[in-house]
Amino acid sequence: MCGIVGLFAKNSEMRASLGSHIVPMIVCMGDRGQDSAGLAVFSEQSSKNSRRINLFSRDNSYPWDTLSEKLSQELNCDFNALDNHAVVIASEDPQHVINWLSEHYSELFVLSIGKTIDVYKDIGHPLEIADKYRFNELKGTHCVGHTRMATESAVTPYHSHPFIAGEDLCLVHNGSLSNHHNLRRMLEKRGIPFETDNDTEVVCRFVQWRLQEGDSIEEALQKTFEDVDGFYTLLIGTADRIVLVRDAFACKPALIAETDNYVAIGSEFRTMAHLPGIENAHLYEPKPEEIYSWKV
Amino acid sequence: MESLDLAAQSVREINQFFHDLNSSDTREFEIHHPNGAHNIAVGIDAPVKLHIRGHAGYFIAGMNKQSEITINGNVGWSVGENMMSGVIRVNGFASECAGASGHGGLLIIDGDASSRCGISMKGSSIVVGGNVGHMSAFMAQAGYLLICGDADHGLGDSLYEAIIYVRGKIHGLGADAREEPMEDSDYTKVNELLTMAKFNHDPKEFKRVASAKTLYHWSPNSKQFAVL
Repeated sequence: MCGIVGLFAKNSEMRASLGSHIVPMIVCMGDRGQDSAGLAVFSEQSSKNSRRINLFSRDNSYPWDTLSEKLSQELNCDFNALDNHAVVIASEDPQHVINWLSEHYSELFVLSIGKTIDVYKDIGHPLEIADKYRFNELKGTHCVGHTRMATESAVTPYHSHPFIAGEDLCLVHNGSLSNHHNLRRMLEKRGIPFETDNDTEVVCRFVQWRLQEGDSIEEALQKTFEDVDGFYTLLIGTADRIVLVRDAFACKPALIAETDNYVAIGSEFRTMAHLPGIENAHLYEPKPEEIYSWKV
Repeated sequence: MESLDLAAQSVREINQFFHDLNSSDTREFEIHHPNGAHNIAVGIDAPVKLHIRGHAGYFIAGMNKQSEITINGNVGWSVGENMMSGVIRVNGFASECAGASGHGGLLIIDGDASSRCGISMKGSSIVVGGNVGHMSAFMAQAGYLLICGDADHGLGDSLYEAIIYVRGKIHGLGADAREEPMEDSDYTKVNELLTMAKFNHDPKEFKRVASAKTLYHWSPNSKQFAVL
């Protein structure tokens, strides 16, 4: 199965309370998958050149304080850590910070890099994960979440969704792909590195590859329809957009609820039944191979 | 009317309540706060009237016998799956596989029905006020699917004896489905279904789709895949 949730805020009130609305959505989708869960949140950009680098450690008592001190002294970076998750804010020369981290702290897993994106993912029931990383306090313009019932690769934090590629791009997936090994080989030949053996990572890197080649998101997804074989409902987050597509057979569920205040996306209606004004929302199902997109 | 509340009771408790009814009970009930829950009112076998006050999830009113169930909202996958008799009315839209495998009774959907509506139906009638998604009436064996709007591609793929009536545009027929001329008995049937569903259309606007029956038996002359 797997569950997909997304929320796009249309005004400042919704942006301020984005986390408190997404928590019941993602917790409800624990019924569709409780191996792991994850959430990507996009916030308004603070500074043009700065980058947010999200890090994950499997060590439950990781010495974040030491890293924080070094980052502050050597690289003049801001730093916040919570449990297994940390955010480095690199305002000058972010590439230098990324290189420095991979050189000195290779045990840390980079969850995301971007101007606006933060990614949280871990194994366990979404209720525990939402609680652990305080999802209810999160603010932002839009967010993309996932609950996983693993079918094709291991249950680890790294195999959890959302997957990321490049900067400010994430993707979650409900379904299964049948030609991901071929696509992976094609992308690897082009020098694109992978972090896991998961099928969803392939489609995420495929979309990023097309974007890098100059495609618009619509063109990249058109290529996805042509080249990616299998069942999928995909929800994609970028710095300023949330995009939803289903495969030609539309075997995997999705529902959209739109009001003046938000666009909610979920695998099932019950995931959004609690949202304010849902009784008057425009509810509809996305059609196969059509691109549904909302821009900040 | 007696009220039940899914905010206070589980789906299992409410379904058990209906299963315990006498099979000639004619009372009227309503269920509040469905909130998209799955499996509501599955397996009822009594001539009760039931109103669902809100959106329901998957398999609502599955295996229904005798009862008249109205959903004041949308429904998820497989509404009225394998229904045997009675009437189910959805005052909204239905997700995939509406009325799948139904043996009898009438399923009415006011709005659109998504893909695979009436898949493998075996004698029930389905009336859709709006459009239906792709591959509707796939392998439908008996019964009627009446569509007041348009039908997406693959309509009636691998049909057996079920008959489809379409008022709007057909975006593509499935394998072995073909359009056939409407006869007097078809107009009578369309009129009967529209009257039961309380939809106001002229039966003359409908087209008939049925099986060409070329897939009924294996033919040595049809195109075969080579087996080496």
